[in-house]
Order: sequence, then C-alpha cells, then structure tokens
Amino acid sequence: MEHHAQLDADHQTHVDWKTYRWVALVLLVFTIVEVWLYYLPSFAQSRWFVPTILIIGVIKFAIVVMFYMHLKYDFKLFRALFVGPLTVAIAILISLLFLFGKLSIHAAG
Amino acid sequence: MATAALAHAPAHKHHTSTGLDSTKIAIWAFIGSECFFFASLISTYLIYKGRSLVGPFPHEAWTNPATGEVMKPILNIPVTSFSAFVLLMSSLTMVLAHSAVLRGDRKFSKIWLLSTAALGATFLGMQAFEFTSFVHEGLTISTNLFGSTFFVLTGFHGAHVAAGVLWLVTLFFIDNKRGLGPRDAINVDVCALYWHFVDVVWIAIFALVYLIK
Repeated sequence: MEHHAQLDADHQTHVDWKTYRWVALVLLVFTIVEVWLYYLPSFAQSRWFVPTILIIGVIKFAIVVMFYMHLKYDFKLFRALFVGPLTVAIAILISLLFLFGKLSIHAAG
Repeated sequence: MATAALAHAPAHKHHTSTGLDSTKIAIWAFIGSECFFFASLISTYLIYKGRSLVGPFPHEAWTNPATGEVMKPILNIPVTSFSAFVLLMSSLTMVLAHSAVLRGDRKFSKIWLLSTAALGATFLGMQAFEFTSFVHEGLTISTNLFGSTFFVLTGFHGAHVAAGVLWLVTLFFIDNKRGLGPRDAINVDVCALYWHFVDVVWIAIFALVYLIK
C-alpha cells in the first residue's frame, strides 16, 4: 500500500496549486461563455450554436478529466479503464440517435 | 502507541500483479461502468426530446390547457448556471483537499473536505429548489416525456452527488477523529475521482439538457 501510495504521489506531484487555479479559471470562463452564447439570440438560433456548445462542453470535460482526475499524468491502465468504456458509451449514444431518427446523414444529389 | 500505529496502518497491504492499488483500479472500472449508465439516461432524454404532446416544455413557450394562459419555457438557466459554477468550484476544493492530505496538512484537509461537502450540499439544495418549482408549474415525472426523462436523468445525477456528499462528510469525520495523512491519500483520491466524475457528468447534462434547444 505504501508502495502504491508512493507511486500515486509520484504521479500526482506534477500538478500544483497554480495549475489547479488556472484550470478552475478556464472552466469558469468556458461556463460563462456557454451561458453568454445561450443568451445571444442571433447566435443561439444559428447553425453554429449546437456545435459550439458541444465543443466547449467537450473541452471542459477533457480539462477536468486530465487535470483534476490526473489522467494526463496517471497510469495507462487507468486511462484505458476510463477512455475505453467512455468511447463505447458515446458510440452507442450516437448510434441510438441515428436509429431513432434524431441524427441523419443527407447524401448529396 | 499501539492504537496510534493501528490508526495509521495501511488499510490493505497486498501485492498486485499490476503494481497498482486495487482500490484505484476498482474505482476507475466503476467510473467506466458509470459512463454506460449515464450515456443510457442521456440518450433516452435526447431520443424523447421534442416528442412531448403536452407542456411544460424545456425551451418553448406552452399554453396551459386548464387556464389558457401562455407559459414561459420551464428551464431556469440562471439558477442552473449557478449550480454548474458551484459544482465546478467543488472540484477545485476537492483537489485542494487531496493535495492537503498528501502533504499531511490536517488543518487544510479538513477545511477543503468540508468546503467540498458544503458546495455539494448547495448544489443539491438548488436542485431541490428547481424540482419543487417545476412541480408547482405543473411538471412532474408523469406529466410528459420531457418530465419523465428529465427527472430520471437529473434525479440520478443528484443521487450520485448526495452519495458523494456523504462520502466527503465521512472522510471529514475520520480526519477530525484521527487525522488523514499521506498514507490515507489513496482513500481521498478514490473519493476525489468519484466526485470529479459526478462533475463531468454535470458538464455533459448542462450542455445537452439545459443549453441546447
């Protein structure tokens, strides 16, 4: 256990208070931007709104997972245990949206 | 002396074939399974989105059949944005709690653990306020497809937050009683991983349910 604790500590000392503070600030700014875009009628009704909100959401998600959950610095096994199921879950979600007609691909011509 | 030694003794000293702590492997496997759980709830919400026959609706105005009154969309974005902010800040206090435990700083480990639990409880209070106001406006779990999928998705997320708050309060009491040191860091780390996962799920819910019309 002590060996494990040391291994974990070694992996987690890469992140310091300054990084945590910056990560919190970036997350806060992204959240403010998301809500601000929601209240911009011209943008909220444009075709760019949904992709922009999704991209911001994905960035926020990735930042928390990489820095707060330490996956950027942690062991590959942990990364595999999280990224593997997450990828399959997202693939199933997208497949279901296609299956139930929520998403569609319009062939040109 | 013996009691003190026992109190700080490793919780489970064992060899693993990976060289990694089994508890941490287990929490990552659990989080992986939770990805499927929340993906199923989110996909159900998205599939039924816009298919409700009667109001209230999340983003569209609707007419109350009983009074004929035109009602506003039901989602309260300012309140939920503040909830999202509270949960994001709780992730910051959680990493600070973990960092304090790694340093063996008992004073700040207690402060940050309690702050995280308090922020989690604030989030739950705001969710209770949201649910109550929805019920007063006529949206229950059985009103329409939006109500069913919305309450199930956000309710399960809220239940996860509640479990996290209980876990944090337990760690706080242990810290208060005997102190959490670097040897206990793995136990706080496991709780932190769960807490951050609950936060990332909210990031997804906030974008997909509340912001995207």
